Amino acid sequence: MPVGHGVLLFLTTFFASGVEAVEALTIVLAVGVVRGWRSPLIGVGAAALVLAVLVAALGPALRLIPIGTLRLVVGALLLVFGLQWLRKAILRSSGFKAMKDEGAAFRKGQELAASSSPAAPKGMDWYSFTIAFKGVLLEGLEVVFIVLTFGAAQRNLPLAAVAAAAAVAVVAAVGVLVRSPLERVPENAIKFAVGLLLTSFGVFWGGEGAGVEWPGSDLAILGILAFLALVCALLVRQLRRERIAALPAEAQA
Amino acid sequence: MRQVRAFGAFWWDFVVGDDWRVAAGVAAGLGLTGLLAHRDLAAWWVLPLAVVLTLVVSLRRATRSTR
Repeated sequence: MPVGHGVLLFLTTFFASGVEAVEALTIVLAVGVVRGWRSPLIGVGAAALVLAVLVAALGPALRLIPIGTLRLVVGALLLVFGLQWLRKAILRSSGFKAMKDEGAAFRKGQELAASSSPAAPKGMDWYSFTIAFKGVLLEGLEVVFIVLTFGAAQRNLPLAAVAAAAAVAVVAAVGVLVRSPLERVPENAIKFAVGLLLTSFGVFWGGEGAGVEWPGSDLAILGILAFLALVCALLVRQLRRERIAALPAEAQA
Repeated sequence: MRQVRAFGAFWWDFVVGDDWRVAAGVAAGLGLTGLLAHRDLAAWWVLPLAVVLTLVVSLRRATRSTR
């Protein structure tokens, strides 16, 4: 595997995992601050165990698939997934969709946790457990998907898993230190960058799997990345202009 | 039966997401790429173009519905 691909694999998995971990942290913090930490932390542990089992079970199984077929399937999945991330990031950057607000999500989670039936003084608080388990599992599934597809297509699952684990550890450590949602993390910018990387690798591997011989071989990935970044920047600029033009005259001033 | 349907709906939403046209555009792009490549024709340009067209169509629909 070329070193450049290894670096891109690490960065993509690290940032994709980090941004999902920030969202999961908000959910766990909201319920933990209001109802206590024991049950949500057990929920986090249970969800992490399920996710680890998924990677351990599916990772080796993917190695049995021929590389050409694997890259076609992985390329198709990464394209669909990456385009969804890009679509949302472009809509947010151009103002057509509200930016994700971890502070607002935190306050909403706190209100829900406070208004639900109170926890028993001793024993498991199943509300907290379920909210934390579900939040971490759902956010974590996207991470597992990226780790498995990237790791399998590059034949380097351990590097992808290490990058994901490192991102989760960094976010968890910061969360423990600040004990509040990480509102200053530029989530949309990170999702934009990860969406670009997922889509670029999707184009490259999907094309290879379908029989393409890329001009410049592995270097083509950088060309695809630059091309897509330029197209997305132009789309954001165009959509911003259209949104402003559609506003009433006094709002434009 | 309801659980099977809910399971299927979850995975559909997880993979296909907000706009099924994105998945359709990707499938069409990969199909055309495979077709050209297997006839020994240059096919490297198809997927980047398909990605741009898919993104433009999907964004057009999304922005039109929010105006």
